[in-house]
Amino acid sequence: MVKLGVNIGGLNLKNPVLTASGTFGYGEEFADFIDLNRLGGFVIKGTTINHREGNPYPRMAETPSGMLNAVGLQNKGVDYFIDNIYPRIKDVDSNVIVNVSGATIDDYVAVCEKLTPLDKINAIEVNISCPNVKQGGMAFGTTADGAAQVARAVRKAFPKTVIIKLSPNVTDITEIARAVEAEGADAVSLINTLLGMAIDVERQRPYLSTITGGLSGPAVRPVAVRMVWQVAKAVNIPVVGLGGIMNGRDAIEFMLAGARAIQVGTANFVDPSVTMKIIDYMEDYCQRHGISDINDIVGMINQ
Amino acid sequence: MKKYIIDLKVVENRRIHELYTLLIMTPIDGSPLPEMLPGQFVQVAVDGSKTTFLRRPISINNVDRDNNHLWLLVRNAGEGTRALMALKADDNVNVVLPLGNSFGMPFSVNDKILLVGGGVGVAPMLYWGAQLKAKGFTPQFLIGARSAKDVLQLEEFEKIGKVYVSTEDGTMGEKGLVTTNAVLASKIDKIYCCGPAPMMKAIAKVAKENAIDCEVSLENMMACGLGACLCCVENTVKGNVCVCTEGPVFNINELTW
Ligand SMILES: Cc1cc2nc3c(=O)[nH]c(=O)nc-3n(C[C@H](O)[C@H](O)[C@H](O)COP(=O)(O)OP(=O)(O)OC[C@H]3O[C@@H](n4cnc5c(N)ncnc54)[C@H](O)[C@@H]3O)c2cc1C
Ligand SMILES: Cc1cc2nc3c(=O)[nH]c(=O)nc-3n(C[C@H](O)[C@H](O)[C@H](O)COP(=O)(O)O)c2cc1C
Ligand code: FES
Repeated sequence: MVKLGVNIGGLNLKNPVLTASGTFGYGEEFADFIDLNRLGGFVIKGTTINHREGNPYPRMAETPSGMLNAVGLQNKGVDYFIDNIYPRIKDVDSNVIVNVSGATIDDYVAVCEKLTPLDKINAIEVNISCPNVKQGGMAFGTTADGAAQVARAVRKAFPKTVIIKLSPNVTDITEIARAVEAEGADAVSLINTLLGMAIDVERQRPYLSTITGGLSGPAVRPVAVRMVWQVAKAVNIPVVGLGGIMNGRDAIEFMLAGARAIQVGTANFVDPSVTMKIIDYMEDYCQRHGISDINDIVGMINQ
Repeated sequence: MKKYIIDLKVVENRRIHELYTLLIMTPIDGSPLPEMLPGQFVQVAVDGSKTTFLRRPISINNVDRDNNHLWLLVRNAGEGTRALMALKADDNVNVVLPLGNSFGMPFSVNDKILLVGGGVGVAPMLYWGAQLKAKGFTPQFLIGARSAKDVLQLEEFEKIGKVYVSTEDGTMGEKGLVTTNAVLASKIDKIYCCGPAPMMKAIAKVAKENAIDCEVSLENMMACGLGACLCCVENTVKGNVCVCTEGPVFNINELTW
């Protein structure tokens, strides 16, 4: 038996496989294809204090080995989540992590305070890096000061595991990671989408209503692996790695670079059952390499 | 409705037009095709190229229960659909199905029902027409195309009900767009429509002016097809809703057109 369990800043996962916010809905959308109880956990859609309509259509464009999106945090607000979604997913035998977004520090704090009493929510992932919202989001994530401000406020407002999700759209991601670690973040996750743009040359118009959007999928993977490796060396808290993971091999690549857990995003659109295959692959990989505890491969390339 | 990921085998790739093909497929393992409703669609994996790594949404054109065949009508729109058009008999295709809602039933068997399809928009109308007929309704069809040679699946539609045709060049049926076809001036109780957005909007306008109940099937760009990514939204009277789960079929009263 291979030990697949990992611990992310106090949160026990039965295996390192999580799903990425905004790509897995509330989990229920995938219940016909996978056994949600087998996941290490799932991170639900970006949740804000108030209802948000998001950006106008069109919100996506396919690009080489990836896609651009500009959803803009469409969600019905944290109260709707608590009243309508939470009761339906609270009995799943897995971790439910809420991805929290806001335009102001007060917004983040208000959402955290509402989530704190929920027994099933033992961790939040704080999105300081969404490129699709005009004010707030991005600004916090792109400076060490801004990131530290959010981390400090959220740390006070939420007593359980706090994961800060970092933006790759910065000069030095390790500086941001160190800033949030210093404010008491329990873990960091990276990367969010890379800011990108694509133009329909026949129509001579951008594909997205917002002109620019977030790039995800295998196109971003080498950038993500590099950043995970850098951040894992720079901080002492656990790192959750994501960006373009399409299969078990890719997941292991992130762990070798220093990630203790991984998230699967865009790949869920291509194969809704991919997370189960990744868990199976991890077990098989460890067996093939004579590894009894998956924690032993975390950051292995540095040894 | 339970959704499945299944491997299908191409039984036949019937090239019905230089721009369109009819893919006839059956589950590799011989298991019966799951329940599917008219108006629903499937997400087809296009293997091979780095520019087609997302699945492609394609309407259910027909479910032939006698032979356990699924029919997809595919138009050459770009690299992904071209790859589907190039499939050969015995090739395997991975699909997620069935997705989306379905057409709403007409009120009574005496209703005059018109199914309007333009271009590849005829695809969902074949399965829907066949189901309506099987349930005792009398569906009629109005098909729009550029030219006589572009009128797709005419013989199939004629097996189900009366077919009216509008062609832009007048080589078949009436000359002009579907919206000027004389059948629209007759008494109609319910219209179902699928086709290019300008055509659906024009039909919706005719329906509103004449107080005809009307449903349209939208083709917004999709990533997941499962209601998870929120990429495919349409702005409706209820705000932005996912076309892949709350659609693709909408009553025109729900839309902001
Ligand atoms: C619910 C639904 C049902 C559909 N049913 C059918 C069907 O039965 N038969 C069929 O041939 N096609 C159908 N389509 C359209 C089909 O999905 C697109 O033509 C296809 O995804 C284009 O992929 P591609 O790789 O060939 O083209 P790409 O290279 O991806 O794109 C070529 C061009 O088509 C445009 N395009 C891409 N996706 C769509 C889309 N979803 N709708 C409209 N334009 C698009 C792009 O902007 C681009 O200009 C349906 C779409 C939806 C959402
Ligand atoms: C359609 C879509 C919506 C997303 N929404 C969110 C979100 O609400 N909050 C967030 O932190 N990240 C969001 N992301 C980013 C992903 O969680 C992830 O960081 C990114 O897509 C990279 O991983 P991937 O390449 O595996 O998809 C979204 C990504 C996509 C494609
Ligand atoms: S395509 Fe993802 S929500 Fe509709």
